Amino acid sequence: MSEVFISGIVVFVLAAFVGMEVISKVPPTLHTPLMSGANAISGITIVGALAAASYLGDGFAAKVLVFLAITTATINVVGGFLVTDRMLEMFKKKPVKRDG
Amino acid sequence: MVELLYLAAASMFIFGLKMLGSPRTARRGNMIAAAGMLLAILVTVINEEMLSWGIIVAGMVTGGAIGAVLALRVKMTAMPELVAAFNGFGGAASALVALAELDRNGANLPVEIAAVVAASLAVGSVTFSGSFIAFGKLQGALPGRPVALPGQHVINAAMAAAIVALAVWGAAAGVVAPFWIIVAVALVLGVFGVLPIGGADMPVVISLLNSLSGVAASMAGFIIGNSALIIGGALVGAAGFILTVQMGEAMNRTLANVLFSGFGSTVAGAGELSDKPVNRATADDVAIALGYADSVIVVPGYGLAVAQAQHATRDLGLALEDKGVTVDYSIHPVAGRMPGHMNVLLAEADVPYEQLLDLDQSNPRFPQTDVVVIVGANDVVNPSARDDADSVIYGMPILEVDLARTVIVIKRSLSPGFAGIDNPLFYNENTMMFFSDGKAAMEDILKSVKSL
Repeated sequence: MSEVFISGIVVFVLAAFVGMEVISKVPPTLHTPLMSGANAISGITIVGALAAASYLGDGFAAKVLVFLAITTATINVVGGFLVTDRMLEMFKKKPVKRDG
Repeated sequence: MVELLYLAAASMFIFGLKMLGSPRTARRGNMIAAAGMLLAILVTVINEEMLSWGIIVAGMVTGGAIGAVLALRVKMTAMPELVAAFNGFGGAASALVALAELDRNGANLPVEIAAVVAASLAVGSVTFSGSFIAFGKLQGALPGRPVALPGQHVINAAMAAAIVALAVWGAAAGVVAPFWIIVAVALVLGVFGVLPIGGADMPVVISLLNSLSGVAASMAGFIIGNSALIIGGALVGAAGFILTVQMGEAMNRTLANVLFSGFGSTVAGAGELSDKPVNRATADDVAIALGYADSVIVVPGYGLAVAQAQHATRDLGLALEDKGVTVDYSIHPVAGRMPGHMNVLLAEADVPYEQLLDLDQSNPRFPQTDVVVIVGANDVVNPSARDDADSVIYGMPILEVDLARTVIVIKRSLSPGFAGIDNPLFYNENTMMFFSDGKAAMEDILKSVKSL
């Protein structure tokens, strides 16, 4: 096993613990925005898709795969952050409009 | 230098997630995480020798447009479906990255790389197909009840074993075909895995798929040796897992029970429902009970989302407050179809954060509450969970609304909730049943309250 891979495992385990620590005490009100924000972060795989585009050969299959990877990852990133922001905007205090 | 910039991006994810956990800082937290993402993308684009700008621009423009339209157009009541769909796209992206790597390098890979390629393909594909089955169930295109083949668990276990065997074969023989078969098997596994899970268990399923989309991204990170992917994916994997466990606890059920029991597939026949009489109420009866109360607690459930009754509910709450009634809202952790579903809907309707009570805050207050109004909730207020050791939901933490002086249940009919069991609450002496659609009911009651 290469050293790069082993240090990757170290990073993975530490990051997982950080994730659990950071998340464990979130009030229920924020569960949905937290989940959709986290979901957007999982779109980091876009970096992998972009990297794949950098050494793209001439194969047609490869081009289709990379195009689809970039597209789906971008949907995840853009959609995820935007919808989280849209939800959180509703949570902020607004002057209450009363009718009647 | 590039590594350090990726580390900076990953740190921004950690800060962002941390800030998302507190109401005051949540919005800024989301923006910091988004900035971290932008940084990671810029670093990649600048660092790599980009030879195929056409594909990159085409992909990002297409994906960005689809993502933005979905995020800005979709109604708040459809949020669970949307989150499920985004999870699915994330899973698909990670599997596609693994496929692109495989296409480029062939399958003559070091064992550990072959393992993470297989893991990324399998987890990403399961996340993709599973999320879209969840999407279909939430959106109503697929039946919300559990659907399963006979021996479904054996079939699923066999498919999981097949994926492992295919990975070993592919790695040992250095051929690409088994990896493609992994994708096919995993796609079917995602479908078969989620179909047998009922609608009300969706909060658990969505959190779990969220976690898996992170794991898939992390595995993709191992393939290309990128720490930003490994860290970002691990964070999301852990966060989703914590949420999954919390949702399970809120139903007093283990993750295995949610995933494998087919809970809710046994719907009680009409004969099993009690034929005891109920107190039927009209909008006027309800308005009088509410208008002359000192304290009212509203308990929303999935029915509120279906009826899109959040604004009407808020309007009624305001009218009661104008009459000097204290109004609060009690939210069970698994009310609705995703974690925090009801909180989002009530926030959309401008209900102040301070008026939202969680389970632990609510239960001590019910005995001192004059009237509880239940809109579209059922199993989470079923006293059987506390009193009847034979009940399938026995032990699940409930909102103990039956301790309030008067309980008003707004419901279309006496039909049982998701668990398929009768609710003794409906037949209590201090319970009034108002049979109506949630939104229409709220509007009718509001009219009556105003004419008091």
